[in-house]
Amino acid sequence: MLRYVFTRLVQLVIITFLISVFAFLMVHLLPGDPTLAILGPNDTPAARAELLKQLGLNKPLLSQYVTWIKNVLHGNLGASFLTKQTVTNALSVALPIDLELIVVSQVVAILVAVPLALVAALRPNRLFDRVATTSTFGMLSLPTFVAGPLLVLVFAVELHWVPATGFNRLSQGLGPNLQSVILPSIALAIGSIAVYYRLLRADLIATLQEDFVTMARAKGLSTRYIMLRHVLRPSSFSLLAGAGISIGTLFTGAFVVEVLFQLPGIGFQLVQAIYSRDYLVVQGMALVAAVAFVVINFGVDFLLTLLDPRVRRA
Amino acid sequence: MPDAHRDLTLAPSEMVAAEAGTESVLALEALAPAGTRKRRLGLLFWVCAGWIGLMVLLAVLASVLPLTNPNFQNYAALNAGPSIHHLFGTDDLGRDLFSRVIFGSRVSLVIGFAPVAIGLVTGGSLGLLAGYRSGVADTVLNAFSFVILAFPALLAIMVIETFWRPVSLWKLTVMFAVVAAPQLFRVIRATTLSFAGREFVTAARTMGASTPRILMRELLPNVVPAALSFALIGVAVAVVLEGALAFLGLSVGLPTPSLGNIINEGVNNNLLQSNPYIALWPSLYIFLLLTGLNLMADRLRSHFDVREVKL
Repeated sequence: MLRYVFTRLVQLVIITFLISVFAFLMVHLLPGDPTLAILGPNDTPAARAELLKQLGLNKPLLSQYVTWIKNVLHGNLGASFLTKQTVTNALSVALPIDLELIVVSQVVAILVAVPLALVAALRPNRLFDRVATTSTFGMLSLPTFVAGPLLVLVFAVELHWVPATGFNRLSQGLGPNLQSVILPSIALAIGSIAVYYRLLRADLIATLQEDFVTMARAKGLSTRYIMLRHVLRPSSFSLLAGAGISIGTLFTGAFVVEVLFQLPGIGFQLVQAIYSRDYLVVQGMALVAAVAFVVINFGVDFLLTLLDPRVRRA
Repeated sequence: MPDAHRDLTLAPSEMVAAEAGTESVLALEALAPAGTRKRRLGLLFWVCAGWIGLMVLLAVLASVLPLTNPNFQNYAALNAGPSIHHLFGTDDLGRDLFSRVIFGSRVSLVIGFAPVAIGLVTGGSLGLLAGYRSGVADTVLNAFSFVILAFPALLAIMVIETFWRPVSLWKLTVMFAVVAAPQLFRVIRATTLSFAGREFVTAARTMGASTPRILMRELLPNVVPAALSFALIGVAVAVVLEGALAFLGLSVGLPTPSLGNIINEGVNNNLLQSNPYIALWPSLYIFLLLTGLNLMADRLRSHFDVREVKL
């Protein structure tokens, strides 16, 4: 166990280091003098001096990296030369929106997928199961940039139930906040629903063939009680693993949703920075997002090994 | 060794992927008639194959077919509904939507198939070799693939594009291939590993077969089905990724139409309200393309996968 965790930690450190190297080198992919591209119309002597100090561009590559990584480790991810906002500041404003999107979408996905799977697994291959299985198969073919516009068309344009775009912060009240988040969350949840349903259904069917279920039935327990108390828990490992693993994917999946619904999360801000060629902001945000992605995946893998010893059998 | 076919270094994510695979087998198994399932791929598979073949054919022949230029703006027919002149109608600038979707599909299909094909050839052959002769090279390649897979693909491609301007089809193909190759490497390596220890391979070796012969004649035929099934899923994933990039305005630049950027155009400027067809047609195309690919991959897996006896 300890050895497994140690190997994974070493991998984590190496990958984080590589991410930092890639993020650092990115600026050098720019054609010509990178300072010209970064400063753009703000090419004043003062700004130029500040940028040179920040990047140490006139020094050799290795010491440039050292300067840069020192700044990063001190929480100084640089600032936009266009908006003067620091990357750290932008991130702290944006991150809660991403978190809320992910949490709400996962709640929606679990609330839909678990009951569907419970009912379908009870009578496999019967009408309900077939309809549910076929429709979740269809959901697998609905990426967020297809599902999102369809949801907007139906619920915002035709039915006027919710606004099509815009974001209300939690401080503006729970109602308005949820109203602006629910449609994007559903768009994000569609893929999760399909995956969770399929994982849970298969495990439930397998568990239902265990002897202890027959035993519980023989004792005369109600089906509902057996499903919820005896079957659901031992069948939920794949579901948990699937949920954990998809956090990373959701994080980038949220980018599309944020742009479509104009929610100022990390994805939205990153895309804005890309459009306006705000290179340092792109670099800083990408670094943080990539490291977060890797660390989250590491944490999830670690939690799963605690839950299921089969994983660390290696 | 009941689990010999399972790669011992499997991360939980891959275990779940593997489980999901067998599971979807069951799902489709239920839909297929019991008698025909063993030997034939079934009607549905060939319908999907024909359908995707038609999509590819239309995209390849787009410039030969009697289609209007996808960027030609006919001001006499703005926001026209579907008719005999414009099968899918026209957009707010009077451009023919049928022609735009067909030309737009070229980008999706190239980015869908080309990187996966490149990945299949490079990652696949390395995986075959690494799975058969485990050694230092295997360890290094495996670690390398692990590092690449640890990156969030969409984010990495978005950021690299920003600095590596201008975006072009070949650059996207290269970046997608870099993402696809290690995944195919891992799948093919794991599958090869599960066959490399089997009796027929030992038998071939005892009879004096050379390594290339064992790889080509003994292992390859057994690995191909799994690789194909996984490659089809890979194509679907690549199409989705490219679509997302195009939707964000970060794929091949305008004025080249692509399915993602047509959807994006259809969503902006209140067009969803005045002319929902602009976003609907490319959405439908992508949905049908992905459904076809997913169904084919599922069918292949249930047809060839020995693990289906597991449950």
